[in-house]
Amino acid sequence: MWRAALHALTSHWRRKPLQLLTLITGLALATALWSGVQAINAEARASYDAAAASLGETRFSQLVPQTGDTLPMQVFTDLRRAGWLVSPLIDGRLTLAGDSYRLIGFDPLTAPTGLAPEATDISADIAEFLLPPGQILAHPDTAVRITGTTDAKVLAAPGIAPGMLFTDIAVAQGLLNRPNQISRLIVLPVQPQGLPDPRSIVPGLEQRDPQSGSDIARLTDSFHLNLTAFGLLSFAVGLFIVHGAIGLAFEQRRPVLRTMRALGVPLSSLIALICLELLGLTLISGIIGMALGYGIAAALLPDVAATLRGLYGAEVDGTLSLRPMWWVAGMAIVIAGTAIAATSMVIKLAQMPLLAPAQPRAWARLSERRLLTLGVGAAALVVFAIATAMFGKGLLAGFALLGALLIAAALLLPVLLFALLSLAQRLAKGPVSAWFWADTRQQLPGLSLALMALLLALAANVGVGTMVASFRLTFTGWLDQRLASELYVTAETDAQSPDLQAFLATRADAVLPIWHVTARVAGKPAEIYGVADHPTYRDNWPMLATLPDAWSRVADGTGILVNEQLSLRENLTPGDMLNLPGDWQAEIVGIYSDYGNPVGQVLVGLPQLVRHFPDVPKRRFGIRIAPDKAAELARVLRDDFGLPPRNIVDQASLKTFSLQIFERTFSVTGALNVLTLSIAGFAILTSLLTLAALRQPQLAPVWALGMTRRQLAGLELIRALILAALTIAAAIPVGLLLAWVLLSVINVQAFGWRIPMHLFPLDWLRLAGLSLLAALFAALWPARRLARTPPAQLLKVFANER
Amino acid sequence: MTHTALLSIEDLWKSYPGSPAPVEILRGVSFNVTGGETVALTGESGSGKSTLLHLAGGLDQPDKGRILFDGTDVASLDDRRRAALRRDKVGVVFQQFNLIPSLDIRDNIAFQARLAGRHDTVWCAALSERLDLSAHLRKFPEELSGGQQQRVAVGRALAPRPALVLADEPTGNLDVATGDAVLALMLDLVAETGAALLMVTHSERLAARMSRRLHLSAGQLA
Repeated sequence: MWRAALHALTSHWRRKPLQLLTLITGLALATALWSGVQAINAEARASYDAAAASLGETRFSQLVPQTGDTLPMQVFTDLRRAGWLVSPLIDGRLTLAGDSYRLIGFDPLTAPTGLAPEATDISADIAEFLLPPGQILAHPDTAVRITGTTDAKVLAAPGIAPGMLFTDIAVAQGLLNRPNQISRLIVLPVQPQGLPDPRSIVPGLEQRDPQSGSDIARLTDSFHLNLTAFGLLSFAVGLFIVHGAIGLAFEQRRPVLRTMRALGVPLSSLIALICLELLGLTLISGIIGMALGYGIAAALLPDVAATLRGLYGAEVDGTLSLRPMWWVAGMAIVIAGTAIAATSMVIKLAQMPLLAPAQPRAWARLSERRLLTLGVGAAALVVFAIATAMFGKGLLAGFALLGALLIAAALLLPVLLFALLSLAQRLAKGPVSAWFWADTRQQLPGLSLALMALLLALAANVGVGTMVASFRLTFTGWLDQRLASELYVTAETDAQSPDLQAFLATRADAVLPIWHVTARVAGKPAEIYGVADHPTYRDNWPMLATLPDAWSRVADGTGILVNEQLSLRENLTPGDMLNLPGDWQAEIVGIYSDYGNPVGQVLVGLPQLVRHFPDVPKRRFGIRIAPDKAAELARVLRDDFGLPPRNIVDQASLKTFSLQIFERTFSVTGALNVLTLSIAGFAILTSLLTLAALRQPQLAPVWALGMTRRQLAGLELIRALILAALTIAAAIPVGLLLAWVLLSVINVQAFGWRIPMHLFPLDWLRLAGLSLLAALFAALWPARRLARTPPAQLLKVFANER
Repeated sequence: MTHTALLSIEDLWKSYPGSPAPVEILRGVSFNVTGGETVALTGESGSGKSTLLHLAGGLDQPDKGRILFDGTDVASLDDRRRAALRRDKVGVVFQQFNLIPSLDIRDNIAFQARLAGRHDTVWCAALSERLDLSAHLRKFPEELSGGQQQRVAVGRALAPRPALVLADEPTGNLDVATGDAVLALMLDLVAETGAALLMVTHSERLAARMSRRLHLSAGQLA
């Protein structure tokens, strides 16, 4: 019985290959986008984990400088002499052949077991590792890139994260040009009894406990959450297609299912067979989708890697690995998604009476009761969204708000379209026009899922487009303000700084020190910058809120400025007091925007910075000069002063670099946007194609009454365009609402900054034009088929034999 | 009532929900069908003929009364057992043919026999020959005329060699000549297989060709 019944069920797909293609493509595309995003996230997280695991330092307590990022090597000697079992570590960025790498120098003789990369076995030839020119261990891909760019011998070690280099501490100090300096000390887990507090031996040290996760993973969480949300949206759009295809297949097979039951297939067996059939189709589509997803991820990963490096300094390998968990999770979500999409069909099957008229009926009747259900569902979601907006906190609440608004809009669309089409039918004059509107309304149930998918995709496009464009506009203006100096120069050493300042004194209009230390403010990593009292800051700094005479108060040391991220995170406003490292407290006199910076930042007067942090590196300067003289000054600095070219950056290059990072950050969301829109276009095409087969009984009488097939095909095209236009009109306000949520809720939660919303009507017009074109193309094929339908086929509608 | 009857209907009642009161379709109907017997069930529209046929085939449940098939009370069986009864012992010919559009003619004819696990290729080939369908075995239902499709339905019902064939106005959608031809074939094949036939029909002329005739009027046998 099972074999014959399964054969009969699956024979449907052999006779309707287009429908099978729709189902498989819908599911495969949905899976592709979802699994692609997940592959990117998995790769990035694996890189963070590899970076953390490469150097097992987070598993140990560490001694770090309370301020600044370096310690003298002497600290290590002092603590060892006092009995402390510690091991020194230096950490810095090294540029080789134009690429930047993270270089870690450690001492293999004192390092605890588990600190060094697991895959590295340096015990075999420790002398070669320790003695100049030394050895550098790197991931095989990185090793290939850096071989020959340094005197040290490069060895490949697969366990090391890409972009990271390991070497002996002395070799690293030489390569980083930081002789006798270390970044921190690793405290071995077992220590002798009765040791004095290390901070009593070396003042200015801070002990950090072992961590369970890395800072990078924490910082990048919001970025990955954004990607995941986008993947989920694409998956949801794909599921609309799947739901539509499964629903249509069910309606078309309804008489067959009844016949099968009448001929002796029990209902439970029929349900089991339908589930088995779906599972088979899901597995096939899932595998295709996962393969496509891998392709998408491989294409997008280099941009994501660049974004993560630019925004967060996180190293992510640009190549993709196949991870078993990714396959398992991907297939699981495809099966779950199909189950959700197919649930209503299985329930219908279970409730289907054996003896109801065995005629194929319309795909799904859009009864007034169903419209009411949709409307009530939408209203409930709007209430939920309002409650979330008012009382919700955190990024998840932001996404819940976003999801509720989008689903509510999608549910409302058929209700709105039904009302508009009913109105048009009432206002219609002439029989063809009246029939057209009535027929369009009758088509709505079959098309509503595809139109809902289009609405979601368009709203996402308008929303994300508005966010990116608003961000770009704000960011460009902000860069103009923030990068006011014409040149940015960095001295080779602290000792060279006075000479550099003296050299520039007569050649530049102003030399503005850009000195900073990293420290922990309010318990989290932050940057403290010192600023000179100069009109450059007073005139250009992008302030969001200030107290009167803010800059004067910064200059006289009675006030400080904080960036928007820190103010939002710690709920700080001008007038509040802030504790700074070294028992220093100051009043906040202003808040400034600081886009692209994931950490908190504090601006203090330069004298205060130097007084509280005397070891602050004093190498970087902004130089004010007439723009037309900047290039000449750069040349003079290079040729006469002998400053290496890499230490001189002009304003334009810096802006270009920053904008490049910006564009790459959003190229991923842009690509996902286009893919989602394509899926929605595909949904319309497949819905129209599959509906076309059911349309003949409705079209044949109109044809018989005097309309030509060509006229009918033309009306089909107009219908598709009208429905698409109405959906686009509905999508724009939904998209703007989405943009508002993204800018005012999600961004604030995810990145810590608020961006003013700008409107770009020309972009909407372009998107509307593209969508109409897509709808036109989607409708063209079915319309063409209708125009060419042989009269004999239309006549069958009237024949009893049919 | 004798226990030798293949199908025994005892005091059958059936009503459907209606407003203001339920509509009684069958009111205490009783009769027997013995093996190999051909019985015509006639009556005006709405008299309950199709309902009675559906109840006899275990496609619906009576409100009251018993339907004994080979001594087994059909109404007491669960869905799975009733499905097995239909599959193994009953062949059904519907007015609308109800063929499976995605299966070709050969597979349609063999379908119920395969479900019952009694597919006999020689018998199916012979049936196809007798039904004049041999030239159409690779075609799909939509490619055949109404008369041809109904012959396929007859072949499907007889392929598992059922004990009882239930036919619900099998010629109702066909012209007189085609209907007569289909019925003649069905009667011949039923006689050859030894199956009983219970056929709903409006036609006095067709009813006269059966061995017995039952007339339903207002839910009762006249």
